[in-house]
Amino acid sequence: MLIAFYFAALIAVLTTAIAITRRHAVHALLYLIVSLLAVAVVFYIIGAPFLAALELIIDAGAIMVLFLFVIMMLNIGERATEVETTWLKPAVWAGPSALATVLIAELILVAVTSGSSAAPMHVVTPKEIGVSLFGPYAIAVELVSLLLMAGLVGAYHLGRRAVREEEQFGTGTDARRAVFGRDAVHAGSDRTSHAA
Amino acid sequence: MMSLYPLLIIAVVLFVILNLAAGLIWVERRLLALWQDRYGPNRVGPFGLGQVLADSVKLFTKEDWIPPFADRAVFVLAPGIIVATALLSFAVVPFAPGFVVADLNIGLLFLLAMSSLGVYSVVLAGWASNNKYSLLGGIRASAQMLSYEVFMGLSLLGVVILAGSFRLTDIVEAQRKVWFVIPQFAGFVLFLIAGVAETRRLPFDLAEAESELIAGFHSEYSGMKFGMFFVGEYIGVTLISAAIALLYFGGWLGPILPSALWFAIKTLAFICLFILLRAGLPRPRFDQLMLWGWKYLLPLSLLNLLVTGAVVLALS
Repeated sequence: MLIAFYFAALIAVLTTAIAITRRHAVHALLYLIVSLLAVAVVFYIIGAPFLAALELIIDAGAIMVLFLFVIMMLNIGERATEVETTWLKPAVWAGPSALATVLIAELILVAVTSGSSAAPMHVVTPKEIGVSLFGPYAIAVELVSLLLMAGLVGAYHLGRRAVREEEQFGTGTDARRAVFGRDAVHAGSDRTSHAA
Repeated sequence: MMSLYPLLIIAVVLFVILNLAAGLIWVERRLLALWQDRYGPNRVGPFGLGQVLADSVKLFTKEDWIPPFADRAVFVLAPGIIVATALLSFAVVPFAPGFVVADLNIGLLFLLAMSSLGVYSVVLAGWASNNKYSLLGGIRASAQMLSYEVFMGLSLLGVVILAGSFRLTDIVEAQRKVWFVIPQFAGFVLFLIAGVAETRRLPFDLAEAESELIAGFHSEYSGMKFGMFFVGEYIGVTLISAAIALLYFGGWLGPILPSALWFAIKTLAFICLFILLRAGLPRPRFDQLMLWGWKYLLPLSLLNLLVTGAVVLALS
C-alpha cells in the first residue's frame, strides 16, 4: 500500500509540474486531469474512499470538463500557443518559484521535525462525512450554498438576453426563425387549397 | 488458490463483456430489422451470427488513418478512454453473490465517477479531430453529458436512502422483500432517461447526429479506432442495463434459476429496451434536450429525493 501511495503521489507531482509548463492549453488540462486522478488514488489509499469518489466525480468529471468545454468553444489554436511562449519567460517564473521554494522548505522542516507522520489508517465512511457536514460544519455548508446561489443568480443575470428574445417571439423558435432566417417556405405553402 | 480467484473473476468478466459488446452489434441489427419489418443480417452462418466475426475482421483490417491536421496524441488517446472507463465500471458490478471484482463500499459512486470520466473520450475526440463537425459534436456531447449526469446522480440517491449504502451488493440484498422499482418508480424512470443520454444512444445521440453533423465526434475516425467507440458504446449500454437491473430490479435475486442467470436475463431485457427506444423514438432538437434536462428532469429528481427522504424519516 505504501508503495502505491508514493507512486500515486509521484505521478500527481510530476503531472502537475508538466501541466504548469505546457504551452498548449488542452494538453496542460489533460495533465491536470491525470494529476487529479492521482490525487484521488492518494485519497483512497490513506482511507478516504468517499473523498476519492467525489474528487473523481466533481473535480475530474465535471469541473475539468467545463474547462475543456470553454477552451473548445474559444477554439484557440497555434496562435495562442505562440502567445503563451512569449508570456512564459524565465522572468515570469522567478516570483512563483521563490514562493514555492519557501513552501517546500517549510514542508521539509515540518516533515523532519514532527517525526513519524504515518498516514491515519482509519477509513472514513460516507456516513461519517455526512454526519460531520450537517453537524459541526453546518454553517460552512450553508455559507457555501449561499455562495453557489450567488453564482447561480449571477449566471442567470448574464444569460437574461436570451429570455427577452423568447418573450418577444414566444417559446417556440419557429417565429424567431421566420424573422431572422427569412424563411421563404412555410409548412403547407407548397400545397394549393383546391387540389384536384 | 485463493489469490488466483480474483484473477479468474477478472478474466471471466472481461471475456463475457467484450464478447457481449461484439455480439450486441448483431443483436441490435437483427432486432431493429425485426421491428422495421425486414430481415437484417442473416446470410453469414446460422441466423447470420457469423456477421459478428465478419464485422470484427472488417474493422481490424480497414485502413487506420490519422488525419494530418489532427492532434495526433489526443486523437489516439480518445477512443481508449471510453473503453477503459466502461470496462473499469464493471469492476464494482456484482454478477452473483460473491462474484464481483471489487466490492467497494463506494461502488455506486465509482460507477458514477467512471461514467463522468467517459465524457472525456467524446469531447477529446471531437476536439482532436480538428474538424468543425467533430468539434460541434464534442461540444454537444460535453453539454449533454454534464447536464444529464447531474440528475443521474440525484435520481440514484433515492435507492441509496432506501438501502442505506453505496455498496452494490448491499443495495441488491436490500431488495429481498420488494424490488426498488416499486417504491422508486420515479427514480427508475429518471435514471433510465439519464442512462440513455449518458450512453449517447438514440434518441439522445445528438453528438453524432448523422443527418446534421455527419457522425459528429467520430467523423475522422476509421478502422479499429472507430471500432473502439462502437465497442465502448455497447459496453456502456450493457453497463447501464446492468445498473438498472442491480439498482431497481433486484440484481441476481429471483426464484428457481441460478442467480447469475437472473442477472443476465434482466440485463439483456434492458439492452433490448435500449434497442427498442432507438427503433421507436425520433431525435429531439438540442435546445429541447437541454430544456428537458434542466427544467423538468432535475427538479423532478430533487422532488423524488425529498419525498423519499421524508417518507423514510416518517416511517423510521
